[in-house]
Amino acid sequence: MNMTVLDRRVDRAAQSHLGFIDCDVHPYTKGPNDFDPFLPKRWLEHKQTIGGRSRQGLAKTSMYPRMSPGNGMRGDSWPKNGNHPGSDLPLMQEQLLDLFGVAYGLLAPLVGGAGGERNVEFGAAMATATNEWQLAHFCDPDPRLKAAVQVNVEWTEGAVAEIEKRAGDRRFAQVNIPPRGLEPLGRRRYWPILEACAANGFPVSLHLGGTSGHASTGGGWPSFYHEEHPSYVQSMQTLVTSLVCEGVFERIPGLKIVLVEGGFAWLPALCWRLDKHWTRLKAEVPHLKRAPSEYVHEHIWVTTQPIEEPERPQDMLSILEWIGPERIMFSTDYPHWDQDDPRYAFKVPLPDGWKDQIFRDNARALYQLD
Amino acid sequence: MARHVVATVDEIPPGGRKIVTVRGREIGIFRLGDEFFGLINRCPHQGAPLCQGAVVSRLVAPVPGEYHLTRPGEMLRCPWHCWEFDIRTGKSWCDPNSVQARAFDVAVEKGATLVEGPFSAEAVEVTVEASYVVVTM
Repeated sequence: MNMTVLDRRVDRAAQSHLGFIDCDVHPYTKGPNDFDPFLPKRWLEHKQTIGGRSRQGLAKTSMYPRMSPGNGMRGDSWPKNGNHPGSDLPLMQEQLLDLFGVAYGLLAPLVGGAGGERNVEFGAAMATATNEWQLAHFCDPDPRLKAAVQVNVEWTEGAVAEIEKRAGDRRFAQVNIPPRGLEPLGRRRYWPILEACAANGFPVSLHLGGTSGHASTGGGWPSFYHEEHPSYVQSMQTLVTSLVCEGVFERIPGLKIVLVEGGFAWLPALCWRLDKHWTRLKAEVPHLKRAPSEYVHEHIWVTTQPIEEPERPQDMLSILEWIGPERIMFSTDYPHWDQDDPRYAFKVPLPDGWKDQIFRDNARALYQLD
Repeated sequence: MARHVVATVDEIPPGGRKIVTVRGREIGIFRLGDEFFGLINRCPHQGAPLCQGAVVSRLVAPVPGEYHLTRPGEMLRCPWHCWEFDIRTGKSWCDPNSVQARAFDVAVEKGATLVEGPFSAEAVEVTVEASYVVVTM
């Protein structure tokens, strides 16, 4: 029979992928006023009359605008009402949560601008508003979705207060910290915030992107989005190196770090390099009691999307083995253009035990989900 | 192999498309000028609904700074990861020999020929006067 079908996928979810935990889902606002009900009057007036002060040079667009049409969104994820992808919970349920019977989705809001706001008190107010907004628009209507506590790390007291306020609220699974900061995350100025995360049982998720105002690479500003995209990996490498070398994991043994969307094939090579130099340069970092790779393996988790696609698909198994399948968690990145489909992301069959770990068990244990 | 009438020629203007279901498979029917082509609505990369993607040109640059738009309107860009495919052949831009979207044989036939059958056209009423897009599979 012949019929026009524009809204339906041909294929259905394979049983083996049902019930996974998605460690990177992006909720968006329906409009610029979504946060207003959650702002105190003082900061609502500030937002309306002064507005945000980000650390990037361009207003109302990103430093590296994505492909058009769509601004880097999955082409079929625009709601019919024209609102932004990720803003429509029923569509998110249809295309992701219900399609795959997702057990839990970990939200990573890239809206509100709380983390990069230069007026740190306004940043803290926007963080609080964004946290309430996640609950009201996503987590309360669909409890499979778990919120991430937003903070502005440039105001320590404000960030710690927000983390403590959300402690014990099981609707929040972790704390989001922007990976491109004013200084590497391992610096002492950030320790009270990291301590608050660990003390209150929140893993810290570092979701790539954003800008701190520094050039996005160590060698200056890239020209293309194609160049910018792999530079996210550099910021992840900086964070891992900083957290290890500053001794953060000695100081805060309960700290758990999740690297979201930064790739992972680079992690073993970074560890090899750190270990190699540690044997020679120990005297400079005497606070490190163990090899850097041991801290990494104990404290750092990675998410899969955008999945590495080695030329020889079976090489993926070596990469997973080097990192340890118990530290790798599947993510889709819905509704972004480079999102992964759980059925096809891995181009090589995973051993059964690994599959369970990567798609479900690791996230379940890390976030203490039922 | 059977012939399936999936549209009238007038239904799909040049540059247009129609996504149809034939024997359980979704197929995008694309019109380039007066030619019609059919591609499976499933990206070989990660299974996205390929035929909902943007129709674009192929942009080539022999050297940095020199650009040519070629094959206007003949490339299909997947709505997920932006892999591009040649609408005429289904071959991918990135790896044309090993990554391909399945292409189907599509022809235009006169209603006068079709009414003699055999063909299936449950959703398209065939008349002698009109011309039709026919998929063989």
